[in-house]
Amino acid sequence: MSDAREPALRLKGIVKTFPGVRALDGVDFEVMPGEVHALLGENGAGKSTLMKVLAGMYQPNEGQIIIGGKPVQMTNPIEAKSQGVVLIHQELSLVPEMSAAENIYLGELPRKSFGRVDWKTLEERSNAILKRLKCRFRAEATVAQLSIANQQMVEIARALTVDARVVVFDEPTASLTDAEKVVLFDIINDLKSQGVGIVYISHRMDEIFTLSDRITVLRDGAYRGTLTTAETNEDEVTRLMIGRSLDLSRNEAAPNFGETMLEVRGLTCAGLFEDVSFTVRTGEIVGFYGLVGAGRTEIAETLFGLRTPTSGEIWVDGQKVEITSPRDAIALGVSLVPENRKEQGLVLQMNCRDNMTLPQVQDLTAGPFVAKGSEIAIFDQYRDKLAIKTPSWRQPTAVLSGGNQQKIVIGKWLSMQPRVLIVDEPTRGIDVGSKSEIHNLLRELAGQGYAVIVISSEMPEVLRVSDRIVAMYHGKIMREFTIDDVTEDSLVQAISGIAAAEPA
Amino acid sequence: MLLTRLKAGGPAIAKQGILIAFIVFMIVFALMSDRFLTTANIMSVFRQATIIGVIALGVTIVVIGGNLDLSVGSMLSFATVLVVDLHDKIGPELAIPVMVAATLCLGAINGFLIGILRLNSLIVTLGMLSAIQGLVLIYSGGQNVDIADQSGTWFAIFGRGAIFGIATPIIIFLGLALIFHVIMTTMPFGRRVHAVGGNPTASVFSGIPRSRIVFMTYLISALCVAVAAIILGSRVMGSQNNVGQGYELQVLAAVILGGTSLLGGSGSILRTVLGVLMLAFIQNGLILMGQPYYTQWLVTWAVIIIAVWLDVAAKRGRLFSPIA
Repeated sequence: MSDAREPALRLKGIVKTFPGVRALDGVDFEVMPGEVHALLGENGAGKSTLMKVLAGMYQPNEGQIIIGGKPVQMTNPIEAKSQGVVLIHQELSLVPEMSAAENIYLGELPRKSFGRVDWKTLEERSNAILKRLKCRFRAEATVAQLSIANQQMVEIARALTVDARVVVFDEPTASLTDAEKVVLFDIINDLKSQGVGIVYISHRMDEIFTLSDRITVLRDGAYRGTLTTAETNEDEVTRLMIGRSLDLSRNEAAPNFGETMLEVRGLTCAGLFEDVSFTVRTGEIVGFYGLVGAGRTEIAETLFGLRTPTSGEIWVDGQKVEITSPRDAIALGVSLVPENRKEQGLVLQMNCRDNMTLPQVQDLTAGPFVAKGSEIAIFDQYRDKLAIKTPSWRQPTAVLSGGNQQKIVIGKWLSMQPRVLIVDEPTRGIDVGSKSEIHNLLRELAGQGYAVIVISSEMPEVLRVSDRIVAMYHGKIMREFTIDDVTEDSLVQAISGIAAAEPA
Repeated sequence: MLLTRLKAGGPAIAKQGILIAFIVFMIVFALMSDRFLTTANIMSVFRQATIIGVIALGVTIVVIGGNLDLSVGSMLSFATVLVVDLHDKIGPELAIPVMVAATLCLGAINGFLIGILRLNSLIVTLGMLSAIQGLVLIYSGGQNVDIADQSGTWFAIFGRGAIFGIATPIIIFLGLALIFHVIMTTMPFGRRVHAVGGNPTASVFSGIPRSRIVFMTYLISALCVAVAAIILGSRVMGSQNNVGQGYELQVLAAVILGGTSLLGGSGSILRTVLGVLMLAFIQNGLILMGQPYYTQWLVTWAVIIIAVWLDVAAKRGRLFSPIA
């Protein structure tokens, strides 16, 4: 380890402005060698901009970047890498058609004479790195054929091709399973013990408190303070981050369950899920908890008419129904807020109002024309009801924060007056502040008599919003809990397939 | 309103790049040739632009819906040969509806393959381009067709006539442009085409019948071709077998010049009209300046590249960018 008192990286008074926006307003940040320094802030707080400055993708208007005691100027990512600063992106930036090895050394493939690629060296070196990362796949494998988690490993492997001084992890666990997370944390600790400075960006408090030595918080592009992890707690960090305390308590208002609104009997979709039966009453939230790939999203898509079941029955409000298309589902009052809001939920370049009224635009007419007045009335109503923050309905949804985008999608379906509302991963990639707002909103909706299904991979979320929890494993319902008899242990066992399904 | 749009969209010049380029071209040509800015010349260019123009309206809608249509050139040959040939055999009052129906059938084939079977539109319509050209040759036996009594038929009104002193083709073109503009900007169908082109998956998740919408865009495209064929057949009173050859690229050039995104989801009928006129005036200006007609291909290419560049620059707020 080099001189321990000299920061591996120091950012001083970084200012970055875009036309009309001061994205970073004099931010200070430093990482010591062998330190894990967490960077926290809501979406739009300036974390990504700061990291892009660090990686040479943006030039700061003011401020200094000091690496190993020397001020440096970085004008592109390759320069940053040669200075030992490596960024591991949140969104995968691999070339799917190439092998893992080619991706790891992309842009700097080892060469033989006449510029030919030295495949042997390439594969030896890549396999050595993958071995260091305890990966079980070979460097010769094509990236497209690897799981998302393994692709993330390739991304990390890229960082290890140079003598990194500072490695930035931007939301690295977003697509990892728990087992894979353990491996990642090992790698981070390994890098740490080699004296590498780690910048760790995440929304997940538990990870930050497990891993980090210090925490720096940004809000609205400004530096809000640095805390020593051992001497602080989640509450203090959250307050710095959102400027107020977070209400994390469960809404304890006595639930008021009504009639069974949705009943599913022995629903099977070959290869995806099998013999699924459950009910949802009005005023009730049923949480579907399980690992990625347990078949929860597929059940939702079947109820919404996007998949055809091989057998089983669906009953809505006491009537047996056939749902063969989303239009059937919508007509029956079944709505789906999908898992991936950018790909499935929104037409990003379209404005907020048009996105919200999209499922009903052919009915919102005055003569042959779209009735813009009714459209704006609907938008205003749900903007107020859901507290959507946007300067005007004319904003393209692409520029909204994740939380507000999600609220647009929720508003879109609420405005259809659904009887059953299915929400798949309601807070994926959404910051803590908006997360709790969405949780409260879901509870309120149940209170107003909607029958709600919430699919989530996050245990705290399921525990916070659900009245009942259905635990799934490999396409089967393992167990059903009420919120009063559930424990974290039994839930984990059920979704790992450890506990046998209990007879109902 | 304008000010906020400029602020949101980046450099003002880039935002209105096509309009400004159009004006610059007009001024240059006006200075170089004193015949350029005469009413007679302008009306003549306008009239000639209507064939490309009417087809470009339909193709704009296909492109906003996220697809391409390269079969419009061959389809124009087919429709024109058919309507001219049938004119003398069954009379114009029957020839027109038969031709329109046949052309719509071709559009329906495109729509079926691309909308319902979800095949790639580039491949399907490129295939249709040759297939329809073959169909024309089989139908005509390789002979060109013409109308015997060219002065005595009311069919002449579409290509040669005038209403209130304005040439009929111009009225048809602008009338259709207005109708499609209203459909695309104020009616549910237009909204849904934008949605399907902008994000097909999200559209399906919103209960929009994506297949049907795409199918409809190809029917509209075919309908526009049929209208263009009536104008063309009526003006020429005859037709070569390959009269529409190469039109697909000129049409696409006009659509791109009008700022419609080839990625789908955004575009404008009125700006396509601007793109059509700009292409036509550039070609006319070059000819008046004594350039051989093939120089226009080079100039057209350069104009499109600059237009696309300015468009992209407007979106990212500067002319060059290392990242997308």
